[in-house]
Amino acid sequence: MVKIAVLVKQVPDTNSKIQISNDRVDLSSVKMVMSPFDEFAVENALLHKEAVGGTVTAITVGGNSADKVLKDAKAIGVDEIVRLDCTEYMDSNAFQTVISGVISQDGYEVVYCGKSSADTGSGSTGPGVAEKLGWASVSNVTDIQFTDGMTVTVPAEGGNAIINVSAPLVVSCDKGSIKVRKPNVKGIMMAKRAQVDVKSVSPNPSNVTVVSQTMPADKPAGKKFEGGQSAETVVQLLREEANII
Amino acid sequence: MTDTVVIAEINKGKVSPTTNELISAANNLGSNCTLVIPCTDSSLADQVSNISGVGKIIAAKSSVFTNYDAAGWAQALDSVAPQGIIVTAASAQSKDLAARIAARRNVSVVQDVISIDGTTLSTPIYSGKAIEKVAINGNVVVSIRPNVFPGVSNDGSCDIQVIDASGDLATAVKELVERASTRLDVSEANIIISGGRGMGSPDNFSHLEAIADTLGAAVGASRAAVDTWDDIPHSMQVGQTGKTVNPNLYIAVGISGAIQHLAGMRSSKYIVAINKDADAPIFQYADYGIVSTWEEALPVLSSALSNMLS
Ligand SMILES: Cc1cc2nc3c(=O)[nH]c(=O)nc-3n(C[C@H](O)[C@H](O)[C@H](O)COP(=O)(O)OP(=O)(O)OC[C@H]3O[C@@H](n4cnc5c(N)ncnc54)[C@H](O)[C@@H]3O)c2cc1C
Ligand SMILES: Nc1ncnc2c1ncn2[C@@H]1O[C@H](COP(=O)(O)O)[C@@H](O)[C@H]1O
Repeated sequence: MVKIAVLVKQVPDTNSKIQISNDRVDLSSVKMVMSPFDEFAVENALLHKEAVGGTVTAITVGGNSADKVLKDAKAIGVDEIVRLDCTEYMDSNAFQTVISGVISQDGYEVVYCGKSSADTGSGSTGPGVAEKLGWASVSNVTDIQFTDGMTVTVPAEGGNAIINVSAPLVVSCDKGSIKVRKPNVKGIMMAKRAQVDVKSVSPNPSNVTVVSQTMPADKPAGKKFEGGQSAETVVQLLREEANII
Repeated sequence: MTDTVVIAEINKGKVSPTTNELISAANNLGSNCTLVIPCTDSSLADQVSNISGVGKIIAAKSSVFTNYDAAGWAQALDSVAPQGIIVTAASAQSKDLAARIAARRNVSVVQDVISIDGTTLSTPIYSGKAIEKVAINGNVVVSIRPNVFPGVSNDGSCDIQVIDASGDLATAVKELVERASTRLDVSEANIIISGGRGMGSPDNFSHLEAIADTLGAAVGASRAAVDTWDDIPHSMQVGQTGKTVNPNLYIAVGISGAIQHLAGMRSSKYIVAINKDADAPIFQYADYGIVSTWEEALPVLSSALSNMLS
């Protein structure tokens, strides 16, 4: 019986247009979804449970609007859903301290998360939380086998590494060959009724603070040519103008 | 000014030239830069004893560095690195390491830094759809995007101190599986040529491979190509749910330029697009756009490159 946690984050749909107001990204009219790699984290957590027995708890950090991402996880089969109630900005150190505190306090043995979240793209949470707990971590995991202990596949120079791992452990998940399951009607009904276990947290002060969020500088308009023959001109420009070949 | 520590980027058993860029970034962040080189054999450090911009080179020698293990590497590097702002490359492995070292030192990590202005750092957020500026206060760990900062030159001279670093492996590599093809991986390449659904069939990727061989480039793909054709593996996918790449040159062939594809490659230094649809969104991001079918353009591209590079 293994006690598994999976970290899920709510982020803007990757198709959405990002708008800025007052030097901050304005998400008020953006559709929010589960961060894409977290879908693989949830799937792997459920496969782990099915292989060896245990429970899966989905945990998110956010305000009450983030409950939706927990309900989405519930609909596809996690047992418990927990929200660490916090809407203020936390730097990575403050954030990981909050998460690792709950993981150790509530006795989880394995944590799954996404390899990076679609908004920050930072990929810091998995390895950082593991270090704070004194646990092993494996990141960018594309495949997991639960027969004969636990082995994971991660990219390595020139190919892949197959690595033997054991709990306690944090696994940051990439997209792999697994298909993520979709919720069925029963799951969706259950998720509607499910209670979110809301815990309050008091993060440490942050040493990294956000100054501004702005649109990227417009790239100067490029040069556009008609017809395949122009490939020759482009090769010339790559050498003479861009200086890169 | 704060002291800085650069963790050398190692690629194929050598100190990668990205390390020169890290040193120049470090010199923007503080002073008195120490270069730490993770190695199993300290002769690796001798190759870069002439790197400039550093006050000290430490060869951190340990058997831990044979294969990557996040916990072991962080412990070993933490034990030899002086205090200060730590700088790593923003490769997949080094970002992972950066996060672990930061957590170990109880400081924050700022990933994918693309510009530095005093204590204000810029990083892309929402896959580059916006830029966030953060202010750092005290020591942090930062990872630096490749191909953004100019590299320091190799005309210095610096003594190398060898320190035995110890770390405990937390995981055990069971097997290293070589890639089926000997092709360069997109995450390791400075030039990438990618094909999309417009390539028509996976067999046609051979045209991209031929050009990649001329250029020493890697071959990438859009998700539509990966999802449509079994022969195009996910490891080639560039984009939101594929790899984020930052090469000097990205050539997109038969790729429309969907927002999720751009997420993975828009920060490439130069972008070339070949697409038969003049209105394809990719052209808005291309430095050089060629409105043409690939059938027409690739042979011309291929022979022009061969002529120039031979
Ligand atoms: C959550 C999520 C994550 C995603 N992640 C990714 C990702 O990581 N990477 C990614 O790439 N996509 C991703 N996508 C998919 C993305 O939205 C697009 O569907 C995909 O990028 C389209 O691929 P494409 O440009 O190859 O195909 P298409 O959009 O079909 O474009 C094909 C292009 O080829 C051109 N063409 C056709 N024939 C020729 C010819 N003979 N010569 C020259 N040009 C020709 C056409 O004009 C067209 O522009 C994601 C989508 C979602 C929802
Ligand atoms: N606010 C959050 N709530 C829950 N999980 C999170 C949160 N932020 C990050 N994570 C998890 O950590 C992973 C990596 O995030 P990041 O370090 O921000 O790239 C995500 O894919 C999630 O699994």
